[in-house]
Amino acid sequence: MTRAPLAVRNCETIPVDAVPRFDGEAFREILRQQLAEGGRMASLFGCTMDDGTRIIAVVARHMTGSLAVLSCDAGAEMTSLAPDYPQVQLFEREIAEQFGVLFRGHPWFKPVRFHPPPPPARDLFSKPIGKTDFFAVTGDEIHEVAVGPVHAGVIEPGHFRFQCHGENVFQLEISLGYQHRGAERLLLGGPRKNSRYILETCAGDSTAAHALAYCQIREALASCEVPPRAHALRGIALELERCANHIGDLGALAGDVGYLPTASYCGRIRGDALNATALICGSRFGRSFLCEGGTLFDCDDVRLAEIGKNTASIRADFTNAADLLWNEPSVLARFENTGTVSKRDCEMLGGVGPAARASGCNQDVRQDFPAGMYQFVHIPMVAHSQGDVFARAFVRYGEALHSLDFVRDQCGGLPAGAVCADCKRPAPNSFAVSLVEGWRGEIVHAAITDSQGAFLRYKIVDPSFHNWGLLSYALRNQQISDFPLCNKSFNLSYCGHDL
Amino acid sequence: MIKTILARFHQGYRTNAYPKTVPLLPDRFRGMPRFDGGRCPAGCGACADACPTQAILRKKPATLDLGACIFCTECSASCSSGGITFTGRHELSARKRDDLLTKGNAPVPCEPLAPDLGKLFKRSFKLRQVSAGGCGACEADINVLSTVGWDLGRFGIQIVASPRHADGLLVTGPVTENMRIALQKTYDAVPAPKIVIAAGACAISGGIYRPSPAQHCGVDSMLPVDLYVPGCPPHPLTILHGLLRLLGRI
Repeated sequence: MTRAPLAVRNCETIPVDAVPRFDGEAFREILRQQLAEGGRMASLFGCTMDDGTRIIAVVARHMTGSLAVLSCDAGAEMTSLAPDYPQVQLFEREIAEQFGVLFRGHPWFKPVRFHPPPPPARDLFSKPIGKTDFFAVTGDEIHEVAVGPVHAGVIEPGHFRFQCHGENVFQLEISLGYQHRGAERLLLGGPRKNSRYILETCAGDSTAAHALAYCQIREALASCEVPPRAHALRGIALELERCANHIGDLGALAGDVGYLPTASYCGRIRGDALNATALICGSRFGRSFLCEGGTLFDCDDVRLAEIGKNTASIRADFTNAADLLWNEPSVLARFENTGTVSKRDCEMLGGVGPAARASGCNQDVRQDFPAGMYQFVHIPMVAHSQGDVFARAFVRYGEALHSLDFVRDQCGGLPAGAVCADCKRPAPNSFAVSLVEGWRGEIVHAAITDSQGAFLRYKIVDPSFHNWGLLSYALRNQQISDFPLCNKSFNLSYCGHDL
Repeated sequence: MIKTILARFHQGYRTNAYPKTVPLLPDRFRGMPRFDGGRCPAGCGACADACPTQAILRKKPATLDLGACIFCTECSASCSSGGITFTGRHELSARKRDDLLTKGNAPVPCEPLAPDLGKLFKRSFKLRQVSAGGCGACEADINVLSTVGWDLGRFGIQIVASPRHADGLLVTGPVTENMRIALQKTYDAVPAPKIVIAAGACAISGGIYRPSPAQHCGVDSMLPVDLYVPGCPPHPLTILHGLLRLLGRI
């Protein structure tokens, strides 16, 4: 019997039966080996099959550009991998909450989203939202600060507990779940007419990225060939989304350290990037832009030229505003050595996206697992090694510029042809996984279809799911007053985590 | 220092002149739908079948619930007779839930607050925003109003940090079960008289999350709502229009 996982590519479909199935012991052994060799847990999820709950693992192997897929049957109890590989801890808690599987030896066995599992699974936690055993530090002059779920600003809800010694933070615990809307459960039995729209609102500021991940899954499951022109338009949507968010957050970072010129300018310039998306599809967030098989909107040359022109002025305004930051000693003094996440910690926690790249983890789905437009156009990866707020800000600055250059180049001439191909119902008894580099990092969707081609399971992993742990680490031995600054440098999604 | 001043010249004055002039919306902007029931072939319900949020009610005449509509174009694409189009009109807000049930192309009525409340809030209106399952898009376009492009402060409207400093709540999201208590507590913390605004399809009706048992199909399931702002998400202009109508400033 072979004891190797199956290697698949991004957006590849395989029969469900082709996913190697092991007993729990062998499953863990192979995962240990994969993770020890530099693999990263991209997704680990349960699925209710005819013969009980199956656990499926997808390990991203950036060096080879392949995904290792394997599965095992979940009993009522499993042995936790989290003590050795902390990057799986949240995945295991999620499986426990959704499928009632107890993970023995898990060091942090708490609810993730505070919801009961669908029957007949056991409810292992059965706690109301926000009620859990928070980690507490005791000692002289130790105090606890609890913030949220409703916290200052126009922002989603989440609960944060700081264990402080004076101004110094020893430990930050982040407890989420307030935004849980039941998105994954709504997708079961689909695809339905609302499926794509649920994915579009999975994390509202990553509409294009989640929609693209979903469309790629649908196309993979139906062997649908997307026209080149649609690939290019999707690339434009994703890169405009990336630069809009990076620009907005650079402004917000400036605001958090009290540097108002850049805060004011970037707040407005972000709107220009959103409006460029609205020029193509009418929605500033790219709602109803992408569809299964391609895109719902096309652009003639006049419209493309206008977007290209707007991109140039966004670039000029943005560099003008952002360069102020890099030349302002008082800003740099606040950005540098604040909220540092080391490369070692980032790898341990399984960090993704610009936050990971700022800590020297050179990984980017667009480069490592290219699909769609990124098979044809290479966007340079931006990385740094410092791992602090400055590094995250600078990486995002560089990425925004590359995205704008990409959009400008595409507007110079799209491939000719149609923008949408017919995408049929998904193939039955199939498994597909789709990765997209959203602006926060790696988005992973995985789908399993039943004998009728309906979704038996649709698993979503937003980059925030990986990266909230990085924020906790960034706060260690920092001043509590630097929390807003550190938080904004990641700007993670609450609903993307809570689903 | 000189660079900062030069940058100030480069960036220029960028606050739009609304409501004196209305900012230009993109030509593909999807605003107020136009319903032409006269074109409907007998027995056709293609639009209702296509709608992902059950926003189209099979009545005579066909009725569209703007509070559930996510402006996705599935209905207009499914209509063989061209009976549904999306206009560029951004004025969508209503004071009463029933006023969001549109049968044609009539503007949505949106009356200002009663004179006593209007007098109280017209020149100073502070809102606490609560996201109760919002995806981040409504929140983002509310945030936009505070940027220099829109400068919400010039209308005396401000987003504040504490509900105790607020005159009302601006709620987004379908009201998840896990946010129900937090929303109630935040509402209770606002001193009376207080205003509640539901922004976005989720906050009005549950939107795309209507079938989910993890949420409560909108704010008016638990709080009295004074203003509904449709959209998914509503355009900043739609939100601002609703706020200014509520205060009787336009």
